Amino acid sequence: MYDFQLTFRSSSRNRATPMSLTREQLASIATLARLDLGATEIPVYQQSLSRIIDFVGALDACDTADVAPMAHPLAGLSQRLRPDVVTEEDHHEEYQANAPQTAGGLYLVPKVIE
Amino acid sequence: MSELYRSTLTQLAAGLRARRFSSVELVGECLKRIERSQGALNAFISVTAAEALAAARAADQTLAGGGGGALTGLPIAHKDIFCTRGVRTTCGSRMLDNFVSPYDATVVARLKAAGAITLGKTNMDEFAMGSSTEHSYYGPARNPWNPQLVPGGSSGGSAAAVAARLVPAATGTDTGGSIRQPAALCGITGIKPTYGRVSRYGMIAFASSLDQGGVLAASAADAALLLREMAGFDARDSTSVERAVPDYVAALEQPLAGLKIGLLREFFEQGLEPANERCVRAALRVFETLGARLSEVSLPHLPLSVPVYYVVAPAEASSNLARYDGVRFGYRCERPRDLDDLYRRTRGEGFGAEVKRRIMTGTYVLSAGYYDAYYLKAQRVRSLINADFIRAFRDVDVLMGPTTPTPAFAIGAKTADPITMYLNDIYTIGANLAGLPAISVPCGFVGELPVGLQIVGPHFHEERVLAAAHAFQRESDWHTRIPADYA
Repeated sequence: MYDFQLTFRSSSRNRATPMSLTREQLASIATLARLDLGATEIPVYQQSLSRIIDFVGALDACDTADVAPMAHPLAGLSQRLRPDVVTEEDHHEEYQANAPQTAGGLYLVPKVIE
Repeated sequence: MSELYRSTLTQLAAGLRARRFSSVELVGECLKRIERSQGALNAFISVTAAEALAAARAADQTLAGGGGGALTGLPIAHKDIFCTRGVRTTCGSRMLDNFVSPYDATVVARLKAAGAITLGKTNMDEFAMGSSTEHSYYGPARNPWNPQLVPGGSSGGSAAAVAARLVPAATGTDTGGSIRQPAALCGITGIKPTYGRVSRYGMIAFASSLDQGGVLAASAADAALLLREMAGFDARDSTSVERAVPDYVAALEQPLAGLKIGLLREFFEQGLEPANERCVRAALRVFETLGARLSEVSLPHLPLSVPVYYVVAPAEASSNLARYDGVRFGYRCERPRDLDDLYRRTRGEGFGAEVKRRIMTGTYVLSAGYYDAYYLKAQRVRSLINADFIRAFRDVDVLMGPTTPTPAFAIGAKTADPITMYLNDIYTIGANLAGLPAISVPCGFVGELPVGLQIVGPHFHEERVLAAAHAFQRESDWHTRIPADYA
């Protein structure tokens, strides 16, 4: 539905000039993130996201050719697994007390299929 | 007039056991101080006075019967990022303004089990994203040393509350410096333990590979007392580490003679204000007089820690915060047209500006075609930073340097440009990227504003950074100073 590469093809990462996201690119990011932005918010984020993306571009200069990406916050450890058994009790009534709208133990949302 | 607030947590624990005062008196005094300061500091989002007084009465009975745990009857506050059963847990966000947690975070449950009494939930940057506590839906918290200045962040409410002695200690979380930076700016002690040491269960997620719970207190000894109860394996956190927790309190009195201290050269090069540097250098001389040996250490990749962080943290945040969809809990927009409109307006209206900025930054760096260039690249550089630290700890026992480049800054001074705000955490982020334990202790003043010294230790050596901090605090009195308005 959203072709991110198509949207961003115009912006080269190896740029001599500062990164500048267009209004359309910013709107596309907001759509992917499911964020409704007001008309006045868009130029603000266009500017600040461009600055941030420029800023993290400093990583380009670092040689990481033979370096493995960190896969766990404690190097060398891996994710612990547990036996696949039921450990939780049913708390749905308690949890649904925080829900905006429920009926008969179900979460209600606007109609999806006509 | 009672002056219990001047005592440390350690002294208060002894006083309660000896029945020199009651928990009801102590909790009552703290609640009065919280109420009187709230207008000036805005340190709290919620205060649970009735529950706290009831718990204090129960604690007094327990103590009268000779029972109780290590913290029975002692008042604390929790950063509003920790879920507290039956109590509103907002994470500083409109999104969770109406969220009443159905369960306790492991940190909350453990401190409760040890007898601590929760007085309330402290103010914070929304979803812990910030370095000033200005990005709170509930308005900025203020620095007790000067209410025109920020207390730091994101655990700014906890830092302000402890600095003003509203509570003797409080919990915080640290993803890029959110315990140590506010501790430094407010003149108190703050420790971020090793990643995996304190359970993240029930601690609202920001960047899960970096988030770690810890303590803000008036001294390293007080931090040790609280951390001893908080730390330890928890099966409900998949990255919690199964490893025995030393008795941090018993380990405080290790002698420093022969301790090898590495000075982080990169920290003294990047934008450090000369007045801050003077305080830090003076503190290092104290360690020398105690018999420690100083040498300079270089971590060549450390200057890249801020750009690495601003790829990794927003990436993880954009994923973690996808759960706020207006369906199961939290804010929901009015009259959604359809499901997509429900998601988009709920999130557009429920999140504040900085949170939206980080979600979008994360969305960008994780998107197709950019994942390798940004996210994987950042995780590779993170490996290099981690390797730098591991290499340094072959030669030295701890690393030291400043916690922040400057003292507290004015409210509003850095909100216009996110990069300026992000650079506040230039000295603290490294420890998060490598998962290391680190503490900030007060080491002097620039004018009326406190300055922090940072001590970083090897993985799982909280006891070493606590002992070094404690030794320094026996030789100095910076940590005992209380802002004039609250003295």
